[in-house]
Amino acid sequence: MAAKITVYQALNKNAKKLHEDWLTQQMQDEGLREDLISNEELRLESEEFLKTFLAAIKDDLLEDSNSSNFDKLNEMLAGISINRARHGFSPRETGYYIFSLKQAIFKTLEKEITDLKKLYTEILRVNKLIDSLATVTFETFIRGREEVIIRQTNEISDISTPVIQVWDNILALPIIGTLDSSRTQVVMESLLMKIVETESTIAILDISGVPAVDSLVAQHLIKTVSATRLMGAECIISGIRPEIAQTIVHLGIDLSGINTKASLSHALRFAFQTLRLEVRKKTDKTAS
Amino acid sequence: MIVLNKDTIKIEKEQDVVFFRNRVAEYADKIKMGLVNKTKLLTAASELVRNMLRYANGGKVLCEIISHATLQTGVRLTFSDQGPGIPDIEKAMQDGYSTGKSLGLGLPGAKRLVSIFDIKTQLGKGTTVTITKWKNG
Repeated sequence: MAAKITVYQALNKNAKKLHEDWLTQQMQDEGLREDLISNEELRLESEEFLKTFLAAIKDDLLEDSNSSNFDKLNEMLAGISINRARHGFSPRETGYYIFSLKQAIFKTLEKEITDLKKLYTEILRVNKLIDSLATVTFETFIRGREEVIIRQTNEISDISTPVIQVWDNILALPIIGTLDSSRTQVVMESLLMKIVETESTIAILDISGVPAVDSLVAQHLIKTVSATRLMGAECIISGIRPEIAQTIVHLGIDLSGINTKASLSHALRFAFQTLRLEVRKKTDKTAS
Repeated sequence: MIVLNKDTIKIEKEQDVVFFRNRVAEYADKIKMGLVNKTKLLTAASELVRNMLRYANGGKVLCEIISHATLQTGVRLTFSDQGPGIPDIEKAMQDGYSTGKSLGLGLPGAKRLVSIFDIKTQLGKGTTVTITKWKNG
């Protein structure tokens, strides 16, 4: 009778023991992050996963993990993996979650199935299934990580385009990092908005933090300058380093129609002149 | 001519440009190339890599450090793509000519920035551009 038992029956019969085995297995791993997940949480998560797992293999169709039987299981596993990715688990820790289940299942099957040949084929089937589940874990884990990266990239491009009002009617915009199309869009938008808001007449674009100025970056700069001019403000580009100046000349980019200055302070001085402002050192008048 | 260092970088999306540029900068630093020459090389490289992304949907770049018999060292970059190719190469090498809406300075500008510039293109098969920048040149 024992030889005829299916994997599902064997596992279902020992569901409690299997759960315990799996937990022990997980806790044995050095990589278990008790700081990130409590034992209680792990226990609940594992119990629910096991329940779904058993439901999925009820018909004893282990081969095709893409079949609809496994939809719910895959979904749940994906949820767990993404969650772990967000909480900062390493891929090894996430992978071990599913691999340790394999060990626990083998242990149970070993006890229940006495016929060696049958045991071998069943173990192979389970092995294949768990491997395909592990692939799901990796895929979703990486996707979870990528989401984190994309979010950070967006945050960086938002943070890195501050428009500062340095004086009445004078705005400064330090650009740090590479200027690409999407970045230029953000820069232009925030600059033009700020011009309207503060009624500024001079905007200084500082490109000291831009690593390389190629023709695309130059084109973006020219566009931004033309747009500011349309708004009735003058635009000065500052922070052109000597090596960048030489490169621009060799490249053949014509920036002669644009006001350019070597440094931000130069640009500021020029802006003061244009606005007929004067900055002077205070002299003591007590002498007279 | 001896090749000292070799590396292939795949270019598939815009984010790869920054990574690629940093690698080229590393190579230039390795042979202690001066700041001006390094900037020129980087700018030429980024022009070509942008062309590759825009017109051929990406490709790959072979980066090498080469050493010449006359004790010149330099960085050689080979950009190869499987894009549509360039129909009229003479026009493409003219200042201000562009089939896209750019300034039309990419190819001629890159040529002026480097020491050796070589372009081979086959319609429907792709384009290969090789540039070399000597450490002092």
